[in-house]
This record gives sequence, structure tokens and C-alpha cells, in this order.
Amino acid sequence: MKHIVIHDPTLRDGNHAVAHQLSAKQIDIYTKAAEKAGIPVVEVGHGNGLGASSLQVGEALESDVVLLETARKNLKNSKLSIHCIPGFATIKRDLERAISIGVDVVRVASHCTEADITQRHIAYSREKGKDTYGVLMMSHMASVKLLVEEAQKMELYGAEGIIIMDSSGNYLPEDVRERISALVNGLGVPVGFHGHNNLGMAVANSIAALEAGAKMLDATSRGFGAGAGNTQLEVLIAVMHRLGYKTGIDLYKVLDASDIAEKDIMPKVPTINSESIVSGLSGVFSGFAKHVSRISKEYKVDPRDVYFELGKRKVVAGQEDLIIEVVMELVKIRDNK
Amino acid sequence: MKKLKVAILGSGNIGTDLLVKVQRSQYLECSMFIGRNLSSAGMTKAIDLGVRVSDKSINAIIDEPENCDIVFDCTSAKDAIAHWKILEKLGKFVVDLTPAKVGVLCVPAVNLQEAIKHKNVNMVTCGGQASIPIAYVLGKTQKNIEYIEVVSSIASRSAGPATRLNLDEYVDTTEYGIAKFSGVDKTKAILNLNPAQPCIDMQTTIFAKVKEAKMDGLLKEIEKMVAQIKEYVPGYHLLVPPIYENGRIVVMVKALGLGDYLPKYAGNLDIINCAAIAVAEEYSKSKASKK
Repeated sequence: MKHIVIHDPTLRDGNHAVAHQLSAKQIDIYTKAAEKAGIPVVEVGHGNGLGASSLQVGEALESDVVLLETARKNLKNSKLSIHCIPGFATIKRDLERAISIGVDVVRVASHCTEADITQRHIAYSREKGKDTYGVLMMSHMASVKLLVEEAQKMELYGAEGIIIMDSSGNYLPEDVRERISALVNGLGVPVGFHGHNNLGMAVANSIAALEAGAKMLDATSRGFGAGAGNTQLEVLIAVMHRLGYKTGIDLYKVLDASDIAEKDIMPKVPTINSESIVSGLSGVFSGFAKHVSRISKEYKVDPRDVYFELGKRKVVAGQEDLIIEVVMELVKIRDNK
Repeated sequence: MKKLKVAILGSGNIGTDLLVKVQRSQYLECSMFIGRNLSSAGMTKAIDLGVRVSDKSINAIIDEPENCDIVFDCTSAKDAIAHWKILEKLGKFVVDLTPAKVGVLCVPAVNLQEAIKHKNVNMVTCGGQASIPIAYVLGKTQKNIEYIEVVSSIASRSAGPATRLNLDEYVDTTEYGIAKFSGVDKTKAILNLNPAQPCIDMQTTIFAKVKEAKMDGLLKEIEKMVAQIKEYVPGYHLLVPPIYENGRIVVMVKALGLGDYLPKYAGNLDIINCAAIAVAEEYSKSKASKK
């Protein structure tokens, strides 16, 4: 039966859900549990990855160094992974240091149409002998054909696998099947899928990805992640095992890890609230959720209007400043009425 | 008055747009448009305009040093460093549009007169040209800014291959420029490429983290600065006036291009080119007045 590699970004995507306030102690607790459960790859960091702590997307409680060093201590069989977006993270300031701390896996990410900004970071990580993957974020915003071309660029730069992210939780299973099949056909390296749960489809979408030939899946404990959360790890493992896929993960221990995560690292378990449904429908990056709620409340505008307007403008991850502009615009319209 | 002769080194988007701007200048004329490939789009445009072209790269200047007074270097940071070693010996005034930072950093609205006293003037980055003047005003008017951050979003189509490959240098140089001009040590620059169609206009947000913001009179100071920038970048304007939100001052500006060689949305290229032209023209005027 097919073996599938699970990547667990609970301590990276989950950081979005707590405005990047995960503490060293929480990293310590969860990495121990993940190691015990035999999760093959554990991703750690600010929600937007390496070097992303900023006013734009949120300042992190702990530095990249503290986050990674804490995780490094506990991960022995599990590999330590980072998310790295050029434009936020530079090689000299961020990537060099992360590699010196001892990360095993580097996932270099860009917006789905901008793969060529990943060339130098991918090449650098390969040179250093790290497992190197290319990640295409907000993948629903590109046509299938373009997505394959961008993934092929990353493969050419040296990526050893390509992961597409449904960063808005916008896909239905058929969308995933179509894209993953095209990628599997167009690439010589394994393909992976990272789901978000805005429309309640994350597990179903992940299974669709497997059926279409994906070899890697991302999932997090209790779905801890931006907005409505990610694919729920312990559910996914249960479903996969029932379908006969192998993951190398111990079911009881991953259930334990998720219980620990719920108790010790998340103030509340992600739910699909009204705002996250609209966020998914409008195709806006899930990482915007906290900012949209805060700024909408402060200026008394309807966050749903904000999402639809952002969707219309086709904003990408990293453009959080546009939330302020859109809210100001809505305030102007309201005051003129 | 006699126009100073300009060589444009690099025939990509930046170089070609500069050429169109030089053609319009009362103080400058393009004596040579230099690249590596005579069939590139930029070269074709230059040939159409009747400008003398060369595909010999820096050798075109080495062979005929008398043929230019000013060199616009629009190649790459790495090449610009090598070029400067040669151009310095030849006594050229160099306006460097790469993030090489070998010369004095210049944002015309802040330090034009001081900059032209040097022989190599670096135009920082497009995001730097848009954000530094505002960061400078914030640095002057606010006490105890802990940190300044600037975020620029540009249309994917306005970022050519060199820009994409040099993202790290863009970040480094912009951060360095912001720190230097604002006096705030801790800075961060972020660049987003947005592929949306129709293309988005270049837009930059400046955040300043400060415990007690002094908002009185800030808008007026910023408007004054915007007016100064508008003199050389007509499409520059204030998009969101300063607000204090969540412990940070936020200002947003937008730069619309002139639409010379590149479309109007490519305000990121226009702003650095307009600034470069302002430097070269000022240098030309200062030369004329000395004679």
C-alpha cells in the first residue's frame, strides 16, 4: 500500500491563529509529542515563515532562533522544517542562520504565479544539502496550466518536491483532483497538498489529492492554523489508515499529540465561523483573518464586506496593509451616505 | 544651454524607460545606449528612436571615454560594482540604479544637493524612493520611534528577471536606506509581487512603531514632502493619510508611472527613473553654472 509523507505545520500555520504568539515552552511541549507520534516532518516558525515577524503581518513573540533551537532539541527522528518566502526572508539574514541551527527541510514558498523569486533560495538550500521543496501559495488564483508551469520552474531550480497550498480554503475536491493530476503528469518530483478548512473540505480535499497522485500532505493538530484552520491531522491519519494508506504515524500517539496541542498551545480550537466562510468564498488568504476582525471592529465596518472587496482586488498573502486601505474606503462610503 | 552627454548602460526595462525620459530632457542627451544584445526589445526601441547603440557592454565606454559625461548604470548590483572601478578612473559621474550601494544614497526630495557633490550616486531601490521621504518625515517629527517597516506591492509584470533574482539585495538596500535617512536603527523592508489583472499600481505602506505618536501637524509635514516629490515624480500621491492604529503610525502612498516606455502601473520603475533623471539634471545644471 502507498506510503504518504505527512508534514505537520501546527507550530507554523498555527502561529497565525494566535497572532504569532506561540512561546518557546509551547514549541517544546508540542515537538516532544510530535516526535513521540512519529510525525515525519514538523514545521516551525512565524505564520508567514522565516524572517516574517513584522508590523505588516504581525510581530512574533519569539525570534526565529528561539523557535528553531527549541524545536531542534526535541526532534530526533522527526525532521525540522521551515517555511521561507523570498521578499520576507533573505538568504544572508535568515536562511543561513536557520540552516546553522540545523533545520533539515526548507520549503521555499511564493505566490502561485511568482515561482522565479524562489530560484536563489532553493539553490542555496540544495547547496547546503537540505531537503528542499517548492511551495505555491494561494494556488486557486492561477489556472491549472500556469500552476504546472510555475511548479516546473521550481523543479528546474532544484526543488525535490512541490506542494500547492489552498491558502484561502477555496477548493472543492474536484478542483484539487484536476490540479494535482496535472502536476503529477507535468513533474518528475513528488507533489503535495496543503488544505485549509474554510468550506469544511480540508480532509476531503486532501483525500482527493491522494487519489490524484499526491505523495505528501500537510495537516495540523485540531486543524490549528490561519482562519478556519488547516486539514485536521488526527482525522486525516484516521481516514488514511482506514483507506489503507501508510503514514508511519502511530494513531494513539497522534491523538495524544492533538489532545496536548488543544490543552497547551491553542487558546481555542479553530472553528469555521461566519467570517471564515466568507473568507474562503472570496478567495482571500486565511492569514488575514485576525487583522480583518481587528480593523473592521475598530472602524465599525462589516468584515464580510471587507473580505469580498479584498477578493475583488485579488490581494495576495503579504498584502495585509491593503486591509487598512479597504476599511478606510468602506468608512468613506459609509460616511458619505 | 549645452546638454550633458549621457550613456545608458543596460538595455532592460529601466534603461529603456530612462532613454525616453532623457530624450525629453532640456539638460541631457543620450549619446549611447548600451546593452549586450542588439535584438532585445530595448535596443530595438533605441534604434527606432535614432539613438546610437552598442552591444559591447562596458567596453563601449572604455573604447570611447570622451563620448559621455554621465553614466546611468542599470545593469545588476554585481556588474555595477565592477563597472564603477572602471568608470571612476575615467572620471565619469555615475547614477547607479542597481542596489549596489557603492556610492552615496540619494532620494532627491531629501538630499539632492548634497548627493551631486559625489561622483557615484546610488538611487537606493524603487521601494526606497517611495518610502524614504515619508520615513524621513516620521524620523524628524516623532520621538523615540522603535522601528520602521515599509511594504511595497508591485505588479508582477513590472518586475523583470533581474529584480526577481535580486530580491535579497532589494531588501538589504531598502532597509539600509530607511535606517540612514530616518535615523531609526531597526528597519524592515518587504516586497510583494501581485499578478492580478488588470495590473495593480505600485503602492507602499510605511509603518512606524511608536509608543506616543505626535499626530498634530504630521499630515501637513507629509503633504509638504509629497508635494516636493511630485515635482520630479508627478504620479506620486498620498493614498491613506497618517493614522495611528494598534501602536503604529501607518501612511500609504501610491506611485503612478508616466507611462513612457512602461505602462502606468509600473510606478515602481518610474519613481526610481524620475529620481535618477532629477539627479543627472541637477548635476548638469551645477556643471553649467560653474562654467
